[in-house]
Amino acid sequence: MSPVLEVRDLAVSFGTREGAVRAVDGVSLTVKRGEVLGLVGESGSGKSVTGLSIMGLIDAPGRITAGSIKFEGRELVGLPEKELRTLRGRRIAMIFQDPMTTLNPVLRVDTQMIEAIRAHEAVSEKAARDRAARALARVGIPSPEERLQSYPHQFSGGMRQRVAIAIALLHGPALLVADEPTTALDVTIQAQILAEVQQLCAETGTALVWVTHDLAVVAGLADRIAVMYAGRIVEDGPVDGVLDSPRHPYTAGLIGSVPSRNRRGSPLAQIPGMTPSLANLPPGCAFAPRCPRADAACRIEAPPLLAETGGRAFRCIHPLTAEGVAA
Amino acid sequence: MTQALPHDLGPAAAEPIRAERGESLLRRRLSAYFDTPLAFVGAGLLVLLLVVAIAAPWIAPQNPYDLAQLDIMDGRLAPGEKAAAGFTYYLGTDEQGRDMLSAILYGLRISLFVGVVSTLFACTIGASIGVAAAYAGGKVESFVMRVVDLQLSFPAILIALVLLAVWGRGIDKVIIALVIVQWAYYARTVRGSALVERGREYIEAARCLALPRSRIVFRHLLPNCLPPLIVVATVQVAHAIALEATLSFLGVGVPVTEPSLGLLIKNGYDYLLSGKYWISTYPGVALVIAIVAINLVGDRLRDVLNPRLSR
Amino acid sequence: MLVYFIRRLGQAALVVAVMGAIVFVSIYMVGNPVDVLANPNADAKEMAEIAGRLGLDKPLHEQFALFVWNALHGDLGRSFVFNEPALKLIIQRMPATLELAFAALIVSVLIGIPLGMLAGLWPHSVWGRGIMTGSILGFSLPNFWIGLMLILLFAVQLRWLPSGGRGETVTVLGVPVSFLTVDGLRHLVLPAFTLALYKAALVIRLARAGTREAMLQDYVRFARAKGLSPSRIILVHVLKNIMIPITTVLGLEFGGMIAFAVVTETVFAYPGMGKLLIDSIGRLDRPIIVAYLMMVVVVFVVINFVVDLIYAALDPRVRLSEQGS
Repeated sequence: MSPVLEVRDLAVSFGTREGAVRAVDGVSLTVKRGEVLGLVGESGSGKSVTGLSIMGLIDAPGRITAGSIKFEGRELVGLPEKELRTLRGRRIAMIFQDPMTTLNPVLRVDTQMIEAIRAHEAVSEKAARDRAARALARVGIPSPEERLQSYPHQFSGGMRQRVAIAIALLHGPALLVADEPTTALDVTIQAQILAEVQQLCAETGTALVWVTHDLAVVAGLADRIAVMYAGRIVEDGPVDGVLDSPRHPYTAGLIGSVPSRNRRGSPLAQIPGMTPSLANLPPGCAFAPRCPRADAACRIEAPPLLAETGGRAFRCIHPLTAEGVAA
Repeated sequence: MTQALPHDLGPAAAEPIRAERGESLLRRRLSAYFDTPLAFVGAGLLVLLLVVAIAAPWIAPQNPYDLAQLDIMDGRLAPGEKAAAGFTYYLGTDEQGRDMLSAILYGLRISLFVGVVSTLFACTIGASIGVAAAYAGGKVESFVMRVVDLQLSFPAILIALVLLAVWGRGIDKVIIALVIVQWAYYARTVRGSALVERGREYIEAARCLALPRSRIVFRHLLPNCLPPLIVVATVQVAHAIALEATLSFLGVGVPVTEPSLGLLIKNGYDYLLSGKYWISTYPGVALVIAIVAINLVGDRLRDVLNPRLSR
Repeated sequence: MLVYFIRRLGQAALVVAVMGAIVFVSIYMVGNPVDVLANPNADAKEMAEIAGRLGLDKPLHEQFALFVWNALHGDLGRSFVFNEPALKLIIQRMPATLELAFAALIVSVLIGIPLGMLAGLWPHSVWGRGIMTGSILGFSLPNFWIGLMLILLFAVQLRWLPSGGRGETVTVLGVPVSFLTVDGLRHLVLPAFTLALYKAALVIRLARAGTREAMLQDYVRFARAKGLSPSRIILVHVLKNIMIPITTVLGLEFGGMIAFAVVTETVFAYPGMGKLLIDSIGRLDRPIIVAYLMMVVVVFVVINFVVDLIYAALDPRVRLSEQGS
């Protein structure tokens, strides 16, 4: 089966006063039909920029400088804005982090849903409204006909995110990019939304790229994980394999810093140091200054992406072995 | 007209200015100022206008208010025409045969004088009240700010118009009226930045040293509120000049014996419809150049003095 | 809600009362209108007679008490010059001024919002910078001189438009209006445009700042992610958001426009309240000055009310929190 999304060597630069900053550098991703990919990284790792690139929503001063993004076999990089627009919201959809700000505060929910339907299909106002109501019902919003008349601020945060999800899934897209959509929500709501999105995507066969900084979220949701650090993918593989035996020390550090019941009482592991500034990355492996396993060789040249059996890949010349985690 | 406060000017001073750093800071800001050609043009024009205005009695071709020098036969001559005495009126003459170029130089002198002096007074008074109110806090502050808000909710032109309607014409009266309508801007600007500064450590430190209140307010608090104040004051000079011109145009400003640019325009207004454009137009051009030059300088100062924008 | 309404009403009444006192005292304390009105050759007896007829011989506090009493009965005194109720004279002139101010308001919105949005969408382009420069000029150039230059260009040189006056009017519901006749409209163009310039500059700034801010908001990004066209995003999503601050500010500034019409009306010899005020100042006709100022105070207070209402209508967040309380 051909993949829905195939990103190859994507590079995105942002022009700043100090010169161009590479926010994303050589990222490759593959997402199959109906697959859930967890794109994990700290803030500033380039994971959101990657998500926005897929949507074609990188604005000046940002620019895709290299690479290709193939969606359903069609090249998106360099595609005219007009054609991108016919894909956006119809074949590729996106939801954002803060449900308080993604809906326009001064427009009613029905306006915002109906315009999304009619942007892609010539249907009557009435038909669009019915469809909007059904979409709201599907994401678990009670009495949808009435709620359509409401303004966003009349919904709770969780409800607003449900509205956003309903809008994103209106046209049954082949791919949904979710940019940390549960980070701003309460933990209980978070779990509900996660489950709902997973189910809805499964129903429609929508592939999902879930951008997050939270490994715990991805663990229960994703089929595959891609870990980003300083604009590069440092590890990529099926979720169980990556979480059980990470190869890259950074992934191991991330896993170690998640609190877990099994390790209660023992101090949480921390990754020492700070995320490097993209404007002046160290030569060699960007993680080397914080890495317990780094040596002189790591600081000379950026390690290439090494493939492994089982669909795994990592960027490290001193990878961990299965026993490495426990150590 | 004078309601224009720079909206994008917040409480600016992120770094307290200390006296010993003052000089190098000033030099740094000055060199930053001249980074753009437009700012250079603005400053150049402004200096030129100031020199011309101050030197008017020595460089003007005639003293426009010495009636002995005027010849009524030269009345309403178009620009470039020659006087009976062989003298060229480059900008024409008004109805009394007065050389417009000379009248404009003298008028510029009065306009700039009124604008600068009224701004200086309004700025001093308003800033003192504002910083004192911010430091005092509580009821004093809320009362002062109520007065400021109430006054600013009425158009400056109207307040000045009524005051001058009551007092009659006069340069001193115009200046007082302009001070009264303008102090509130400065009070509000200074209070805004003083509120930010008030919470900073160096004020806390000064308090712990048990320095006298007036010393804390005027030696510590006020100097750190200066950058936004300087910007507002610069732009406000232009507004004061425009407001004075408007008042004089309405006939309640400066007296006929000491005509500012605004009054010269009013005098020419009666001849505008008969096509004698120069009596109104050229004083207006001088006014516009002065106002634009001041605004160019003020605009650049805002960029240079506002650390939030110079990131 | 009702408590809030009553409290606001009380505040408004207080403002009117305080301003009334200030206006009365400042106008009546200085200058002697008898000097202006009486024959220069009049003797002391004649002067006293005139003063007595006008009620000027009484002590100030009695004059003030009388003024308040009469004002509460809708009587703001009689014009010394026209010997007619001052309020009536003001109200006669009011439609012209309101018409001018409304026309200017519309012009400033029609100029300001499109230009401001353009400048906000492309702030660093030549257009964006040019528009901002224009707005700085609109702010700072003396408005009356711009009016004069417009007269010079369009009335004197090109002879396209009349230089002053109000032109032909038709009476609608007992009010003479000029915007329904071609001649009236022609007379309205230049003064309305002149009066609008300053506000247009303000609207440009507000629209530009609002657009720049809105374009960075998540809701715009989400709207793009939905596949909406740029025109829909700008004309619906952005415009609706920036209209909130613009409406508020414009509403509050409407009073200022009426006040500033004093200058415009003088330039264009436009027969409104402002022209009457300037003429009355020249003639020391105190009752008209007082009546005008009281009128402006009341207009300001009313505007504040109306703006609150419009604001609530535009911003659903305000509307609902008000209902809740």
